[in-house]
Amino acid sequence: MNAVLSARDLRKSYGDQIVVDGLNLSIQRGECFGLLGPNGAGKTTTLRLMLGLIEPDAGELRLFDHAVPDQARAARLRVGVVPQMDNLDPDFTVAENLLVYGRYFGISDAVIEARLPDLLEFANLTHKRDVKVTTLSGGMKRRLTLARALVNDPEVIFLDEPTTGLDPQARHLIWQRLRELTAHGKTLLLTTHFMDEAERLCHRLAVMDNGRIISEGSPRELIEQNIEPQVVEVFGEHAAAWAQGHAVHHAQRFEVSGETVYCYVSDAQPLLQELQQHPELRYLHRPANLEDVFLKLTGREMRE
Amino acid sequence: MTGESKMTTHYFALPEFSRRFIPIWRRNFLVWKKMAGSAILGNLADPVIYMLGMGYGLGGMLPKIGEMSYMAFLSAGIVCYSTMNSASFEALYSGFSRMHEQRTWDAILNTPVTLDDIVFSEVVWAASKSLLSGLAVLLVIWLLGMSHSLLSLWIIPLALLVGLCFAALGLIVTALAPGYDFFMYYFTLVITPMVLLCGVFFPVEQLPQLLQNVSSLLPLTHAVNLARPLLNDAIPAHFLLHIAVLSGYALTGFYVSLVLFRKRLSQ
Repeated sequence: MNAVLSARDLRKSYGDQIVVDGLNLSIQRGECFGLLGPNGAGKTTTLRLMLGLIEPDAGELRLFDHAVPDQARAARLRVGVVPQMDNLDPDFTVAENLLVYGRYFGISDAVIEARLPDLLEFANLTHKRDVKVTTLSGGMKRRLTLARALVNDPEVIFLDEPTTGLDPQARHLIWQRLRELTAHGKTLLLTTHFMDEAERLCHRLAVMDNGRIISEGSPRELIEQNIEPQVVEVFGEHAAAWAQGHAVHHAQRFEVSGETVYCYVSDAQPLLQELQQHPELRYLHRPANLEDVFLKLTGREMRE
Repeated sequence: MTGESKMTTHYFALPEFSRRFIPIWRRNFLVWKKMAGSAILGNLADPVIYMLGMGYGLGGMLPKIGEMSYMAFLSAGIVCYSTMNSASFEALYSGFSRMHEQRTWDAILNTPVTLDDIVFSEVVWAASKSLLSGLAVLLVIWLLGMSHSLLSLWIIPLALLVGLCFAALGLIVTALAPGYDFFMYYFTLVITPMVLLCGVFFPVEQLPQLLQNVSSLLPLTHAVNLARPLLNDAIPAHFLLHIAVLSGYALTGFYVSLVLFRKRLSQ
C-alpha cells in the first residue's frame, strides 16, 4: 500500500503520565483520516510527534520517505498545519500573513504573490486581502489559517480540531473546503471531537483514548463493529425507573444518563410497542451513529 | 549547510545553524517597519535627553574627568547603555510575546524551520535593534560635536556585539519566565545595578574595591571600556580582552538559552 504516514509502537510520556501508549497508525495517500478522542486522549501530542516537534520515547515514525524526528525538517517542507489555537500574526494583514509564512518554506516572494489570489479565493478572503487580521471574525481567521497551511502546496495537511469554536455557517464552509482538498488528492489528517464532522469528512477513523487506538475503520465499519444498529432514546422523569423494569427485556443494552435512557437494539419494534403503554414517556427512534460508538468506547463520564 | 539536518536528539546538543533564520528576521523587520517612525524617534530622543539633561545638569557642576568633559564622558556610557537596553527589551518583552502570547514560534515550528533557527534569529534580531540604537546615539554624539574621531566608527560593530551579548543573556530570562512580571527581577537585579556599577555615569574607580572587582566581571564594563577611548580618539587598552569577554557572554548566553528553550518547548 501507498502509506504517506506510518507510526509503529509510538510511545511518549511526561514524567509518569503516559500520553501516547504504543500507537500504530498508517495513513494512505489521498485519504481523509480522522483521529477522534476525548480531551486528553493524546491527539495533539500524536500530531506533534508526527511533525517531529517532540521526540518519542520509543517507536518508529515515517512521514513520506523521511524518518521523523531525524529528518523532520525535510518532511515538514511537504506538510501544511492548521493548529488548534490561532497563531496568525496580529501585526500583519491577511496577505502579509501568507507572504511571511511562505518565506519560512524558502518560497520566493514572486511565487507566493502568484499563489495569493487562489489562496485568498479558497479562503473567501479576497475582499479582505489588505485588512489587519485582528479585525477578522473567528471563521475568517480559521479560513486564513487553512489558506496559510496551503501556501507551500503541501501533500499532507494536519488539522488539529479545525472547527472548534466556530458557528454552524463557518463550520460548513470549512467542511466544504476540506472536501475540495481531498477531491484534489491531498491527504488530510484531522483530530476532532465532533462526531458529525468525522462522519461527514473522514474516509477512515481511529478512536483514541488514554494514548491508545481502541478502534479503527470507516465510519460505517466503526458503527457496525461496535454497536447495535438502532437507538431509542427515552426521555422523562420516570425513564430511569421504566428502564430498570422494562427496557431490560427488549433492549440488548441500555444506558441511563440523567433523565434520558439510551436503548441499543437490533430490532426496535418490541421496544416501541412497549413504549406505547407509557404515554408519559417521550422517545426518539434513530439509527446508531458515530457519537454512540464514541460514547460506548470512551465512556460517558466527563474528562477534565 | 545541507538542506537536511538532523534534529537535536538532546537538549544539550550543539546548536545547528541554517539560513532559515533569515525569513524570521524579515518577519520581525516587517513588524518593526510598521512602527518605524516612533521607534526611531525613541532611539534618537532618549540619548539626547540623557546627554543634554545630565550632561549640562551634572556636567556643569563637575570638573573634567581626565581629559574629557563630563558630557563626552557620559556619551560613551550612553551608547553602551542604550544598546544594552534595546537588546534586553527586545529579547525579554517582545521575545516572550512571540514565544508565548502570540504563539508566533509555534506557527513557525510547523514549517521547515527549527527551534535553533528561531532562537538564533531572536539573538540576531535583538542585536539588530541594538545596532540601530547605537547608530542613533552615535549620530547624536556627532551632531553635538562630542566626538570628531574616525575611531568612533568602531562604535557600530561594538553596538552589534553588545546587542548580541545582551540579547543572548536576556533570552535566558525569557526562557525561564512564567509571565511578563518576571522580567522586573532581571531589570531590578541585573540591568539597573549594571548601569550603576559599570562606569556609565561615573568612573568605576570611584567605587570601593569590592564593587570594582564585581564590576570587572560584568559585560557592560567591557563595553564601556571599549566605547570611551574610541569616542575619544584612542585605541582601547586590552581591547582583545574586552571583545573576548563580550563574545564569551554572547556565546554562553545563546547556548544556555537554547538549552532552556528546547526544554521548555518540548513539554
